[in-house]
Amino acid sequence: MDDLDRAIINTLQAGFPISDAPYAQVAASLAISTEDLLARLQALLADGTLTRFGPLYNAEQAGGALTLAAVQVPEARFDEVTAIINAFPEVAHNYARSHTLNMWFVLATETPQQQQHTLAAIAGQTGLQVYNMPKLKEYFVNLKLEA
Amino acid sequence: MDATDRRLMHATQAGLPLTLEPYQTLAEQLGLSKEEVMQRLNAMQADGIIRRIGAVPNHYKLGYRFNGMTVWDVPDEQIDRLGQQVGQLPFVSHCYHRPRHLPDWPYNLFAMVHGKHQQDVDAQIQHIAAVLGEWCRGREVLYSTKILKKTGFRSGQ
Repeated sequence: MDDLDRAIINTLQAGFPISDAPYAQVAASLAISTEDLLARLQALLADGTLTRFGPLYNAEQAGGALTLAAVQVPEARFDEVTAIINAFPEVAHNYARSHTLNMWFVLATETPQQQQHTLAAIAGQTGLQVYNMPKLKEYFVNLKLEA
Repeated sequence: MDATDRRLMHATQAGLPLTLEPYQTLAEQLGLSKEEVMQRLNAMQADGIIRRIGAVPNHYKLGYRFNGMTVWDVPDEQIDRLGQQVGQLPFVSHCYHRPRHLPDWPYNLFAMVHGKHQQDVDAQIQHIAAVLGEWCRGREVLYSTKILKKTGFRSGQ
């Protein structure tokens, strides 16, 4: 990753135009060619520096349901439980964390009922207690990190 | 959101096309005009259905190796005021009120912080503690040790 990659990442975290030729617009603002921007963007996505590029949807505003949940996984079962939980398409993120509650995942479903079903299925298939922690209030969300 | 908005959401959940005219590409995929695609995306952004169109980096790849979920136990009657203050700190990326699970989990205020060095995150945590002051009855910091899965939200597909 060089300075130009960093500039591209910082620019594209701030937003993206809705216009006829938006990549050309962004490329011009960075003083590079559109081909260069698209090639670098493709490479940053391919090597995992960017996990996503596109519209970021607010699941609740889109009528869906989102929650954060945690489980306490015995070390010996960690890989097995990871595989079970990750296999659910509703699981959008899953992180190992340093705590007795050592696995934390975000569930995105189209309805609250599906959320309850998925939580119950995860509890059933893993045999573990699932601590459901849906947000009661959002004070701030800003996903930008300076590259 | 109507059915066409929903089709547009599904078509862009994996990302925006990397073509010279991405909205034209989407329009062709969906059998819509480019103008309608752009107008709908603008409307969803104005309504907050789309938070923004942009890039999501992998924190680790940018050098942010210390990603802490700081969790705090504060009185429920103070949490909205305190949550607003913590959410306004420039280094906090997400801040939420979430339910306790007593006795195992007494924490109700969650704030995510990110740093390239342990001491950066330690200073951020001290700063949050100072904002909460005597209202803080307990706290922990849970560092992510591994990303086990990270995709866009692909609900119901």
